[in-house]
Amino acid sequence: MHELSVCLALLRQVAQIAEGRGLVAIERITIEVGPLSGVEPTLLAGAFSIARAGGCAAQAVLVIESTAVTIDCVSCGERSQTVPNRLSCSVCGGVITRIVAGDELRLRRVELTPPPALS
Amino acid sequence: MCTTCGCAITPSGNQALESRPTPAGVVVDVLQDLLGANDRVAAHNRDHFDGHGVLTINLMSSPGAGKTALLEATIVALRGRYRIGVIEGDLETDNDAARIRAHGVPAIQITTGTACHLDAHLVHRALHELPLAGLDLLFIENVGNLVCPASFDLGQHRNVTLLSVTEGDDKPAKYPVIFRASDLVVLSKADLLGVLEDFDPERAAAALRALGRDTPMIRTAARRAPAIESWLNWLERELRAWRPVRAHRPLIAASLGA
Repeated sequence: MHELSVCLALLRQVAQIAEGRGLVAIERITIEVGPLSGVEPTLLAGAFSIARAGGCAAQAVLVIESTAVTIDCVSCGERSQTVPNRLSCSVCGGVITRIVAGDELRLRRVELTPPPALS
Repeated sequence: MCTTCGCAITPSGNQALESRPTPAGVVVDVLQDLLGANDRVAAHNRDHFDGHGVLTINLMSSPGAGKTALLEATIVALRGRYRIGVIEGDLETDNDAARIRAHGVPAIQITTGTACHLDAHLVHRALHELPLAGLDLLFIENVGNLVCPASFDLGQHRNVTLLSVTEGDDKPAKYPVIFRASDLVVLSKADLLGVLEDFDPERAAAALRALGRDTPMIRTAARRAPAIESWLNWLERELRAWRPVRAHRPLIAASLGA
């Protein structure tokens, strides 16, 4: 349920971006959420549909892009894709690996509508 | 720009990289951590801890794994050797802080209401109520939860997760994010292993090893006849290995041996 906290942080960030450009409405927000981020995309989407009400993102669409869990083995150097609870090296059995993708929790893109032109 | 590892994220973490007009409006490409605001406060908290030379440990587990009991036994064992403080996180009540204070140790209770985790802002508020200058070791007892606390940096130096032997030995496989983030896993209530047939410490260790870090796993028993030597040894090693900055201590006092 910390997805609501994450969602509120997201809305604060996109509001800052919109205000900084004098733009009135946010049409689409694209974020990256990896399986190792600790955030559940469906719960985040649910929280967003409630939390966006009343703000500049009230009509915004939230696009959640997932990433594949990818590790580098510290012993053999092999890069492999895996699942969140299999993070040791499947090639050499090495215990220590480095996560190179899959733990993202990141705002990627915001699409905004400009204010109506003054006539 | 590397879009895989995010190496283009700027130090401030909040710069839009590109802005381009489209027929409908404006597209702003951003690479910004969603918890950037929390992380900045966490870094600020860490500066406080470093400045006062306080090693800070974030203690996590599911509810009822024995975090407070381990802290109580630790306070008794380290009395007179290290000055300890505690920040307690719970949804409601200050029961845990009261247990800690009963041992003569400063404890600040954070009640989160409905929130399932501590965040850096809550810890920042609490740390200003603690006598940091007079502490060597600060424990932050997080809200009992194996999911949400893993996503929020508090400014701690080490993460420790308790896995009580009354739980399943496959917990590291079920909750990989929090166990991978741990610098130490403590099998608590280990004195019950003899009467619990289901929990196999080897299976727990194998599930932990599968998470790609060589995280040590130790056993403790904090009730009745406390057996926490391996935990105390780990704490001693970490205290020695960690070089506090002690920025607030005047150099002249150190040179005079004060």
